Amino acid sequence: MIPRIYIPADSGALALGAEKVAKAIASELAERGIEAKIVRNGSRGAYFLEPMVEVATANGRIAYGPVKPSDVKSLFDSGFLTGGPHKRWLGAPDKIPFLAKQTRLTFARCGVIDPLSLESYKKHGGLDGLTNALALTPAAIVAQVTESGLRGRGGAGFPTGIKWKTVLDTVGDRKYIVCNADEGDSGTFADRMIMEGDPFVLIEGMTIAGIATGATKGFVYVRSEYPHAVAMMNKAVEVARKAGVLGASVLGSPYTFDMEIRVGAGAYVCGEETALLDSLEGKRGMVRAKPPLPAHKGLFGKPTVINNVISLASVPVIMDKGAAFYKDFGMGRSRGTIPIQIAGNIRYGGLFEAAFGMTLGEIVDDIGGGTTTGRPVKAVQVGGPLGAYFPRALFDTPFDYEAFAAKDGLIGHAGIVVFDDTADMLKQARFAMEFCAIESCGKCTPCRIGSTRGVETIDKLAAGIEPEKNLALVTDLCNTMKFGSLCALGGFTPYPVMSSITHFPDDFKPAPVRVAAE
Amino acid sequence: MPMQPASTEITSRTTAIIQELKGLEGPLLPILHGIQEEFGHVPQDALPVIAEALNISRAEVHGVVTFYHDYRSHPAGRHVLKVCQAESCQSMGSDAIAAKLKQLLGIGFHETTRDGSVTLEPVYCLGLCACSPAAMLDGEVIGRLDDEKLDEIVAEVRS
Repeated sequence: MIPRIYIPADSGALALGAEKVAKAIASELAERGIEAKIVRNGSRGAYFLEPMVEVATANGRIAYGPVKPSDVKSLFDSGFLTGGPHKRWLGAPDKIPFLAKQTRLTFARCGVIDPLSLESYKKHGGLDGLTNALALTPAAIVAQVTESGLRGRGGAGFPTGIKWKTVLDTVGDRKYIVCNADEGDSGTFADRMIMEGDPFVLIEGMTIAGIATGATKGFVYVRSEYPHAVAMMNKAVEVARKAGVLGASVLGSPYTFDMEIRVGAGAYVCGEETALLDSLEGKRGMVRAKPPLPAHKGLFGKPTVINNVISLASVPVIMDKGAAFYKDFGMGRSRGTIPIQIAGNIRYGGLFEAAFGMTLGEIVDDIGGGTTTGRPVKAVQVGGPLGAYFPRALFDTPFDYEAFAAKDGLIGHAGIVVFDDTADMLKQARFAMEFCAIESCGKCTPCRIGSTRGVETIDKLAAGIEPEKNLALVTDLCNTMKFGSLCALGGFTPYPVMSSITHFPDDFKPAPVRVAAE
Repeated sequence: MPMQPASTEITSRTTAIIQELKGLEGPLLPILHGIQEEFGHVPQDALPVIAEALNISRAEVHGVVTFYHDYRSHPAGRHVLKVCQAESCQSMGSDAIAAKLKQLLGIGFHETTRDGSVTLEPVYCLGLCACSPAAMLDGEVIGRLDDEKLDEIVAEVRS
């Protein structure tokens, strides 16, 4: 048997030197005259171990990491092709605690298979969901997705099945499935990982969505900051077309479905669904007023399903194992699993897929291992630039849509960014306003003007000018933005601002007092 | 600095790109991406050609080009260095990273060095948040930036 070596080509692994490791391994193989197959897989998401190289042995896979190019010679010397001992030896990847503790449903194959091998995809349960879906009526597929309790993983948490039902019930000569892959929230990378590590699961999910709603055309709108994901998706669509997964007859059925990958142009607001639709149409990415809902009048005025990458990529497992199986995970009205992205100043950073219900403290302290700087955790921002900053006092909050809303926060796209005690929360609040000002589409006044006034007012606070008056002004401004903005950009910017003010009041005290307190 | 192509040349190359992509649904962004890839920026002279071909006003094309951060009105340096300034990287000292790069290169954000070697830009998230602070040099991703890596980057763009 020719040995197989898995070296991730995931952006995160590449950023940590995976390409140099791959080159070193290839040249070492050539030098030693060993024949082996190098597979460029995605990442399993344990980024503190990347680049993580795996070898397929008679006793299953053995992982080594984090591998540096300088380790490669000694890896060969220790017989790593048969799982030999080495200082980078990690053992079976599924037994690595960070990975063993997870419930991998959506990410079951990510980092395991060759992302562009449809054969490998099928061997690991791929296309089973689509095959099951093809045996059902569209209404029955929609009913399964509704029954599973799947809610929009982009952040809004709207029930996916209800969205699909609206599109199914709307008459249209042409309908679209649009995948929102404009993953702009800092602290999130789940969409990128799945597109780079298991692109077929997204294609399968979108195809099921098409069959369920009567849509024949899909678009994936990927942000331009993700060139590797764009390249991978384009290649995967090509493979899927050749294999008859996409095209005039999906897997030989009477259904037609095809899709295109489109690239954004660096506008954060295009992650908002209606701005994304305008952008796809070739316009400025301006937010649309709702109604009409995209499900009624979406892309080019046609009925459109617009879902996040993870929502769509979770559909195949639901159709494969059944709604009841998926629904069994989770808590309250948050069913199934959620890929939590642990980021920022964190020792064990990466993607952790788990059923809803873990507390924030478990995620940050037990799984993440605290800060990488070794200093105490001061604040954790959950849900991207529009998410609230949580203090340690709220670490008992369970990861659940409603529980986070009850604490004036949101889980958003499930990214969490950890800050140590050197963080200045006034600076973070100011950044939230500044970011909103940079990225506002400009259509509504509270967002366009409010964010700029917010920056100015927080600057006055920092300078110690009429602190009480200006603090009241920021609070009032946040209230206006929250209730008066057209979309979540202006509407949610108050979350990071107000949570900073509420939970870290000392950081907003006038400068002399702040200095004295330190 | 790269030579600016003459306007007739811009017209003919732009027309070729439009012909290739015009059949797409919502072709404007793909066309603009194609033009930027061809010229390194979106030349003013290309705008009326696009407007004419897509039967929209020149103002509409201008509106779209200026809305998106990615489209450049002038060519960038030979290298483009994007440094993440979003929250995750902030938590790992991206402010200091940016300050050091500005000092080493002698330019600010959105500026190009006088010798045309590099353009420095902020970016808001590269999706490398578990290996912050991060940057992207000519499309290649770099994580866990430290002084050593910054020196390597600066040496590379200067070479």
